Amino acid sequence: MATMIATTVHSGNLVLVVAVFLASAVEMVEALTIVAAVGATRGWRSALEGTAVALLVLGAMVVALGPAIVHYVPLATLRLVVGGLLLVFGLQWLRKAVLRAAGLKAKHDEDAIFAKQVEELSTPSATSGRDSTAFAVAFKGVFLEGLEVVVIVITLGTTSHDLGLAATAAAAAIVVVGVVGVIVARQLSSVPENAMKMGVGLMLVSFGTFWSGQGVGVHWPGSDLAIPVLVATYALVAWAIVGSLRPRAAASLGAVAAGTEGGGHHV
Amino acid sequence: MSEPVPSLAPRSLPVQMLVGFGRFWWEFLIGDTPELFVGVVTVLGVVALVCLGHPARTWAAVLMPVLVAGLLGGSVWKAKRKHVGASRGS
Repeated sequence: MATMIATTVHSGNLVLVVAVFLASAVEMVEALTIVAAVGATRGWRSALEGTAVALLVLGAMVVALGPAIVHYVPLATLRLVVGGLLLVFGLQWLRKAVLRAAGLKAKHDEDAIFAKQVEELSTPSATSGRDSTAFAVAFKGVFLEGLEVVVIVITLGTTSHDLGLAATAAAAAIVVVGVVGVIVARQLSSVPENAMKMGVGLMLVSFGTFWSGQGVGVHWPGSDLAIPVLVATYALVAWAIVGSLRPRAAASLGAVAAGTEGGGHHV
Repeated sequence: MSEPVPSLAPRSLPVQMLVGFGRFWWEFLIGDTPELFVGVVTVLGVVALVCLGHPARTWAAVLMPVLVAGLLGGSVWKAKRKHVGASRGS
């Protein structure tokens, strides 16, 4: 079985699986924070119903849109458009992760988000039966976070001709994060989210470069093997940027703190 | 007594969905980093022009990651300048 999986999942597919899994896991952690806050304050029944309906709608979108895109859009156009989308999206993730790693942007604080959601939802309400607010907040949280996953699954899955594998990786991430979330309860802040975002950003930018490059006529030496090389190259670039920013960020913040009579600035 | 502020006419469901769809893609692609969207379009245009010459297609495999890395560096540099400016202003 392991040999069969190993031969099926070659290098390009492995990067695809890892990218989709990590992207889905990151978004699921954010969605789970909202669902946990809704469940803890308004009751679990409506929170879980909202979550289930959102997941069904997202799954239906993948099933409806994925095969249609593969069937009707020419491959060269698909590569150019999807690659361009992934490049923009991946650069956004990578930029945020680099800024967070360099200390120039506050890290995503799941505890703060949880506390804020609890505060907003802690108005008196009936906790038995169906709670429309709890349903709507859980649905919206899961649906909006999941939309990004749907875009990633459809774009990566259709372009690599393996929508099923991409969807399976996303579903596996949902299950893993769900199970871990139940076990660790409210300790979602301990998830190394920025490192995961950095990894996803690197892979999305690499896939985006590869496919959009193919779309405009770039000849990649080694074909699919260029993808891991691109991942390594961009990782080095990101590492160099973070390294060059860290001392400067600390120095500029130190100068600001010294010039404002102890008014320290924390990011 | 002041006149009540007239509320905007409620949008129909298809219009709401269309606006929501457009807003999602705007946030998704542009958001607070329009330079990345414009930069990617520019990079693809430049690389497409380079690829018009057949022997340059392999060189484009080196040029494209360099341009993308430069785009990332430029956007991060812009964010850093903004951050330092905001820190000095506060």
